[in-house]
Amino acid sequence: MITPDIISSERNQPWREEIRKTIKQADRTKIERLHMPEQSANIRNRNILEVNIGLTSEMALSEAKRCLDCVNPTCINGCPVNINIPKFIKKIEAKDFLGAAKVLKETNTLPAVCGRVCPQEVQCESQCFYTLKLNKPAVSIGNLERFAADFERNSGSVSIPEVEKSNGIKLGIIGSGPAGLAAAADLTKWGYDVTVFEALHEIGGVLKYGIPEFRLPNIIVDVEIETLRKLGVKFETNFLVGRTATLEQLRNIGYKAFFIGCGAGLPNFMNIPGENFVGIFSSNEYLTRINLMGASREGFDTPVLSGKNVAVIGGGNTAMDSVRTAKRLGAERAMIIYRRSLEEMPARKEEIKHAMEEGIEFLCLQNPTEYFADENGRVSKVKVQKMELGDADSSGRRKPVPIEGSEYIIDVDTVIVSVGVSPNPLLSKSLPELKTTRWGTLVVDENTLETSIPGVFAGGDIVRGGATVILAMGDGRKAASAMNEYVKQYVKEI
Amino acid sequence: MYRILAKEFLSESVFKMEIEAPMIAEARKAGHFIILRVDKNGERIPLTISGSNSTNGSITIIVQKVGLSTMKLAQLKVGEYILDVVGPLGNATHIAKTGTILCAGGGVGVAPLLPIAQALKAAGNRVVSVLAARNKSLIILENEMRDASDEVIIMTDDGSYGQKGLITHGLEEFIGREKINEAVVIGPAIMMKFASQLTKKYNIPTMASLNSIMVDGTGMCGACRVTVGGKTKFVCVDGPEFDAHQVDFDELLLRLGAYRDLERNAIVKGPFSLTQ
Ligand SMILES: Cc1cc2nc3c(=O)[nH]c(=O)nc-3n(C[C@H](O)[C@H](O)[C@H](O)COP(=O)(O)OP(=O)(O)OC[C@H]3O[C@@H](n4cnc5c(N)ncnc54)[C@H](O)[C@@H]3O)c2cc1C
Ligand SMILES: Cc1cc2nc3c(=O)[nH]c(=O)nc-3n(C[C@H](O)[C@H](O)[C@H](O)COP(=O)(O)OP(=O)(O)OC[C@H]3O[C@@H](n4cnc5c(N)ncnc54)[C@H](O)[C@@H]3O)c2cc1C
Ligand code: SF4
Ligand code: SF4
Ligand code: FES
Repeated sequence: MITPDIISSERNQPWREEIRKTIKQADRTKIERLHMPEQSANIRNRNILEVNIGLTSEMALSEAKRCLDCVNPTCINGCPVNINIPKFIKKIEAKDFLGAAKVLKETNTLPAVCGRVCPQEVQCESQCFYTLKLNKPAVSIGNLERFAADFERNSGSVSIPEVEKSNGIKLGIIGSGPAGLAAAADLTKWGYDVTVFEALHEIGGVLKYGIPEFRLPNIIVDVEIETLRKLGVKFETNFLVGRTATLEQLRNIGYKAFFIGCGAGLPNFMNIPGENFVGIFSSNEYLTRINLMGASREGFDTPVLSGKNVAVIGGGNTAMDSVRTAKRLGAERAMIIYRRSLEEMPARKEEIKHAMEEGIEFLCLQNPTEYFADENGRVSKVKVQKMELGDADSSGRRKPVPIEGSEYIIDVDTVIVSVGVSPNPLLSKSLPELKTTRWGTLVVDENTLETSIPGVFAGGDIVRGGATVILAMGDGRKAASAMNEYVKQYVKEI
Repeated sequence: MYRILAKEFLSESVFKMEIEAPMIAEARKAGHFIILRVDKNGERIPLTISGSNSTNGSITIIVQKVGLSTMKLAQLKVGEYILDVVGPLGNATHIAKTGTILCAGGGVGVAPLLPIAQALKAAGNRVVSVLAARNKSLIILENEMRDASDEVIIMTDDGSYGQKGLITHGLEEFIGREKINEAVVIGPAIMMKFASQLTKKYNIPTMASLNSIMVDGTGMCGACRVTVGGKTKFVCVDGPEFDAHQVDFDELLLRLGAYRDLERNAIVKGPFSLTQ
């Protein structure tokens, strides 16, 4: 854990003092925040290449100069894994880009991923001195993180963290999403013999099957996974814990403790008439076919139906990813149908903005009530009801209320239902002693993340419901240290 | 990587394959299935485990060539490898002693039916079976089904083997002859629809094993959803077996046809590509 003492002693190192002195603070605050270069909207909405192109070295240097290297760097509190933000940014300013990447990796296993997909505006950047006190745009912490991580990857000299001497103790990680990967990285560094079990044929969880290439290229995830392999993490794909083998069987062959990071993978539907017609997908199915299975790409066998008039139901990140994917697959009309107003949309602001630029239509305060199909059972129309905002509900958001008699029909040939996910009950059903909440998430001790089964820990979406990559990783690391403690005690006892 | 230990054609379009997968072989029960991916660009396809062998750690699948993936699989030789195999998936069949059980298998549906018939027989039931197919060459696993059954009727559409007629004729023959306590029907969706309409008429509790289109097989995508008793269910985690009298077979039939045109193109002119 990074403490104020560590932060301040790092800050007092001579190189940091020197860098600070090169430019006056007042001049630093005059530098404008740089805009991330991106593909232009009408080109990118027809390819699957990354929307954001990345900062050049010059841009990164300029942005790094904005950071004031604060005495009390509040930004760190906004980061769920407490990256030493000013330290890595000042490494960039000192032109030691590889050094910056190293700082990131002290606390973050997947910096190239987080630099791309973290909702920085509500995390680290929301706590930046610029945001809090200067009423100016925050330092682009996420963009700089991405820059340093990409620089390291492209340099070909990716640093592999040091690993302690092997202690031969076997630990099992269930699920290879960000939570599982973060836990595996720490435990392996501490000398454990760690195996990650993954049900799918690819490692990465939502990073692979959910988030599209145009926001997070699979190759970026693969490089990070390769680093974990080099570190000594073992991966068993095609292994569904609870089915291929039970937790008990794994215990019997020597696994001493477990981390469950199996995500919240069960798609919700609205249970309205016609929802099972052909051409109506969950966003999980639609995105999995395209991102994991390569549907629509040359040479891949998996098909996907993606038409000219595509409606995506919902307003979260998943809905944005689905609708922007549909556009890229050739939709003439790609629409978001969302029951609240634009202000309440849970998706990241950047994603909404990008979607609008790409020609996505936003039908807000509207809700589907029924689907109709052609003679082949393919969806052809959706009936939509208009809504107005009523009083605030328990979540503090104003509740959408249907307007009687406002229904109308929209022609569609593809619908993607993106109204949230629930925890997948498959694993918990195989473990009757595992306590769950009434939403199906796992009950854990808030400090150790230990479940109701001793020696079995859990984190990420299976505990939080749908959350974020970095919160899942934070959980993975927290659970890893608790597992370390647990095993030390356990091994002493026998 | 999963090695192919044996392969044999049961008919022109149906083949049996033994695959090395020791953990699945140990864990699997009647009613379970796997999902496999032939190669790195392949799709994930579900196939029932029709048997296993604990001595060499293998599972057996019986597959009908219907499209691109099953054809690719059919081309693999003994000693070669299948890239991905995951399982056992789905819920195992509930096996109990209930009396006389009527097993109905249509086409390659006999493959998933076989382990269930074997288990029902082993549990002490009287098992009577009807095997049906379009013609003689498509009747598979006849000997194995005879071993697992007390009596077998064979039906072919064209009369080239057994009796001429649809599976429902064979079923009615048994139903007319003796008291049937339960029925199990597995085959093409259209056959299950008509077979279960018949058993419903005679009030025979009936179980069907559904073959919806799947992707992950773990409850993550909803591709496999069907309506059972008015509620949406996921075949891969809630099934694959359901009370046949509650299943909306018409919906299942429509959903199975979802990719018909695309799949046909995939075979004729290779995988398609969309605008870039
Ligand atoms: C489309 C989409 C876009 C998103 N965009 C963002 C974003 O921009 N920024 C952000 O921060 N967050 C985003 N999120 C949320 C974020 O991806 C998740 O919060 C995060 O991935 C959760 O991580 P996890 O490790 O808990 O689980 P997951 O990433 O869900 O991984 C769980 C893994 O466990 C496997 N598994 C499940 N059960 C078993 C079992 N029994 N045995 C073996 N393996 C098993 C699954 O196959 C899966 O691979 C997005 C989510 C989606 C779906
Ligand atoms: C639980 C389960 C168990 C199964 N067990 C067996 C088995 O033991 N042996 C066997 O031969 N088949 C079995 N099937 C069916 C098998 O999965 C499909 O035949 C296979 O996916 C077709 O793939 P393909 O690429 O060769 O054909 P495709 O090119 O994908 O399809 C060819 C035609 O088959 C239809 N089709 C596509 N997917 C399916 C599907 N999942 N089920 C039925 N029709 C489909 C399409 O509409 C198309 O018209 C099972 C299916 C399920 C869900
Ligand atoms: S990991 Fe996320 S929250 Fe933490 S510093 Fe990076 S972008 Fe900000
Ligand atoms: S709060 Fe902002 S300016 Fe201060 S150290 Fe953090 S990033 Fe730099
Ligand atoms: S196949 Fe994906 S949920 Fe059943």
